[in-house]
Amino acid sequence: MEFQISAKAKKTIFGVIGVGLLAFIIGIVQNIGSEQFATRLMSNLLIDGFFFFAIALGALFFLALQYATETGWSVAIKRVVEGVASYVLVGMVVLLVVFGILTVTDGGFFGALTNHGHHTGHIYQWMDSEIVDHDPLIQGKAPFLTKWMFWVLTILYMSVYYLFYKGFRKRSLQEDLEGGTKIHFKNFAKGALFLVLFGYFSSTSTWHWLMSIDAHWFSTLYGWYIFGGMWCTAMTTIMLLVLYLKKLGHLEQVNGSHIHDIGKWIFATSFLWSYLFFSQFMLYWYANIPEEAIYFVFRIEHYPVIYWGMFLINFIIPMLVLMSADAKRNSGILMFVCIAIIIGHWGDVYMLVTPGTMQEHGTIGFMEIGLFLAFAGVFTFFVLNTLTKAPLMPKNHPYLDESKHHHI
Amino acid sequence: MADRVIYAMYDDDDVLMDGAKKLVAEGVHITDVFSPFPIHGIDPVIGVKHTRLGIVSFMFGLLGMTLAVVGFKYFMIDNWPMNIGGKPNFSLLENFPSFVPITFEFTVLFAAHGMAITYLLRNKTLPGMPADNPYPRTTDDRFVMEIRLSENGNFSASELHAKIKETDIIEIEEKDYVVVK
Repeated sequence: MEFQISAKAKKTIFGVIGVGLLAFIIGIVQNIGSEQFATRLMSNLLIDGFFFFAIALGALFFLALQYATETGWSVAIKRVVEGVASYVLVGMVVLLVVFGILTVTDGGFFGALTNHGHHTGHIYQWMDSEIVDHDPLIQGKAPFLTKWMFWVLTILYMSVYYLFYKGFRKRSLQEDLEGGTKIHFKNFAKGALFLVLFGYFSSTSTWHWLMSIDAHWFSTLYGWYIFGGMWCTAMTTIMLLVLYLKKLGHLEQVNGSHIHDIGKWIFATSFLWSYLFFSQFMLYWYANIPEEAIYFVFRIEHYPVIYWGMFLINFIIPMLVLMSADAKRNSGILMFVCIAIIIGHWGDVYMLVTPGTMQEHGTIGFMEIGLFLAFAGVFTFFVLNTLTKAPLMPKNHPYLDESKHHHI
Repeated sequence: MADRVIYAMYDDDDVLMDGAKKLVAEGVHITDVFSPFPIHGIDPVIGVKHTRLGIVSFMFGLLGMTLAVVGFKYFMIDNWPMNIGGKPNFSLLENFPSFVPITFEFTVLFAAHGMAITYLLRNKTLPGMPADNPYPRTTDDRFVMEIRLSENGNFSASELHAKIKETDIIEIEEKDYVVVK
């Protein structure tokens, strides 16, 4: 088809994966003797597994949102959104493997749990029955925090995400051949249904996958907060891909107004995330109930640079840089902001996982950076590979003409 | 000699847009367009400069933010430290999370109102001000283009008339230019 991954791009991607794996292995060799090694390994897999899965899931959500609202302008970038969303298939497998290992090893990793019943070494303390036996707070959260509930719900979420992604993709390709409005209205209904399901699942899944790391603590805003982050990174990734494809001369119909609109989404979702970050923080800060505030106190005491750094990157940079309309059309500025946001939001996911699992011992070293690069390479390759499988410009979408003449 | 002005009337915004593009391509300078609603994309066509309202809004926002900070620093920290739930009332920085909402509100309030009032003042359209609209029907269903002869020195009046009549106008009128105020 029209888009092919160039030899140069392939070389770069495999180079990044290679460098990433090398750094990761160096990190492993450096740390293999340490007490926290196994926990650090699993935390890293969970961080990167979730971070990239969330990007794809955010894109899937955005796709459903465009269908449900019958949006016209975004039709020209629809294939890019589908491409990013396609990584749910890989991300899902990675997460399921990580969850599988954690379940088999009672919430830790084979090397981590030399003695059960101690808090050290666990990702999910509530998976270890010996800890739960002495912990009335976690007992109170049964049956939600039990292995069977975790797996029933996780498989439900994953199958729904899988089926909807497959369905959207299938109908999108079918529409190219058939035309008409039948598929369009089916997408409309399915998009709306997905939004309803996602509205629940985006919250409840993160309670199990991430919030339960700090099993004693809970936040009702948590799901929205994670969702804000995933939407923001998804828009950022879509922007990076559109800029890349345009630079190669593809997507001729995508004009400055489309870029401007994606830029507005990045700006808006950055604010959404920052707003939720602050809302969550301020309520706990103001109420100042010790068992709730400890979550933030711990992060601010032991990880001040990453905690405030990622907040500043994710809030201040998009706010100041993307405020003017011209900046939202300038590919150099956008590239800078997008990369900053990706790094910042990775820091956000790092902050969600590491303080809960590694306590005060978490650092960012070869292991973290290496695994991030390796995942980023695989993600990019898979997404670009999906883009080669279908024409970049959809045909026969009822709003295609509107999108081609998008002008703001 | 008093300035003469040609008013060309259209009954559709798309037709006016096409006409404007054609006239501008031929070198005619269009001073202004009057319409019942904003016509998307007309500004760059007739060469209206980019609005500076955004800058004004930003400055009002900064003003609001500064006022809020100065205000609550004086009220809540310096003059009469308020003990609310044991929050650190002796230090602005440590107590700042409590003040973020009010800072936000003041910024938005000033930016929005400042922008709206500046807009009305600059356009001379504050409530009660006389309208300076050459054709009252442009507030209903007509679209009017204003072309001044003094700004089109390289065309004669009849040449301009001929050019304008080539676009799909429904009425054309030439008269002395008066600023209605």
